[in-house]
Amino acid sequence: MALSPDESGRFASLLDEHSEGLVARWAAIVTTSLQGRLSPAELQRQTKDLHKGFHQALSAGARDLTDEAAAEVRAQLSELSSTRARQGFSATETAISVYALKDAVLEVLGDQNDAATLRDYVAFSAFVDRAALFTFDSYVRVRETLIADQAEQLLELSTPVVKLWEGVVAVPLVGTLDSARAQVVMERLLQTLVDTGSPYAIIDITGVPAVDTQVAQHILKTVVAARLMGADCIISGIRPQIAQTIVALGIEFGDIATKASLADALRYVLGQTSYKVVATKRAGY
Amino acid sequence: MERVPVLKIGDILLVSIQIDMEDQVALQLQEDLAERIVATGCHGVIIDISALDIVDSFVGRTLATIASVSRVLDAETVVVGMRPAVAITLVELGLSLPGIRTALNVELGIEMLARSRAAYDIEAEDDEAGSAAVATS
Repeated sequence: MALSPDESGRFASLLDEHSEGLVARWAAIVTTSLQGRLSPAELQRQTKDLHKGFHQALSAGARDLTDEAAAEVRAQLSELSSTRARQGFSATETAISVYALKDAVLEVLGDQNDAATLRDYVAFSAFVDRAALFTFDSYVRVRETLIADQAEQLLELSTPVVKLWEGVVAVPLVGTLDSARAQVVMERLLQTLVDTGSPYAIIDITGVPAVDTQVAQHILKTVVAARLMGADCIISGIRPQIAQTIVALGIEFGDIATKASLADALRYVLGQTSYKVVATKRAGY
Repeated sequence: MERVPVLKIGDILLVSIQIDMEDQVALQLQEDLAERIVATGCHGVIIDISALDIVDSFVGRTLATIASVSRVLDAETVVVGMRPAVAITLVELGLSLPGIRTALNVELGIEMLARSRAAYDIEAEDDEAGSAAVATS
């Protein structure tokens, strides 16, 4: 439902005529909804800019938000929603910044209860609705980019491979293990095995909150791949609840060595190699 | 047709595969190795595949066959230097190459052969001692 040229002209003059009152009322409504998380001066400035954008678009004869004439106000709206999204405001709080214009206009119109005004208001309200929807869209888009960025960062920093002993490396897994992460862990571990020539690897799952069949599958694949390359894997850090889940799900680890703690795993590996762990008595103990 | 060279180092035959493993090359290698084991009397075979980008199911099966043939001829086979990408692909394909012993690099492969040979030597000595005891009694 597009605006007629007459309607957009009338709205432009309405916005122009009552600009002071509209902006003040609009800013007031937004201020209440944001509960003082943005300074009134900042809000006042944003609202004024938006008001100017709407006014320009409508006086240039914009009939819909997708029109050429409304390019400026579109840019303003996406700018507004991306800053709000980054500042951590909710979607509702962002959308209200636009919707508040409707309330402000309604108050300016006062009690003119003729049919023409009502029709105008409905048309204008539809225009603002589209603007708000556009804001919402940009908000979601910005949030999604944020989440994707964070997921990527998480992937980078969450998979260290550490050397525990000569010929023994360990991977402390922390966090949920999905396919993408499992792939990264597997590649890093295998590459480290080649680079360091370590015949033993310990996969420590103390930091994995839950083990389901899929996670077990990923771990098993890693172990089999390491075996193909000629290295042995030990799984350690199995918490009591996880041990129970593993049994309940019927997951078979076969002949893969599993240990309760990383210390046990290291002791086991040292026992397999030529090392022997001996406690020595020292004076004073 | 290209052939894969088989080098004798002490008691070990070293095969380093530097060319693409086509089916014919793999079969030729299997024959060559069997002949060389018999000719040299070596007790260990190391197959280095660190230069191989692709190991398909046929090459995997050939490696397993080589290992079985060598075992019949009293030689242990160790496949060394498999690349991580190759290992991941094999696992994804569900091929775990059963019956093949692996090591990370040639050095560890030689150590592994030496270890299993050492265990065998002790058994052999025991046997001789046993037969000697039988002879004297």
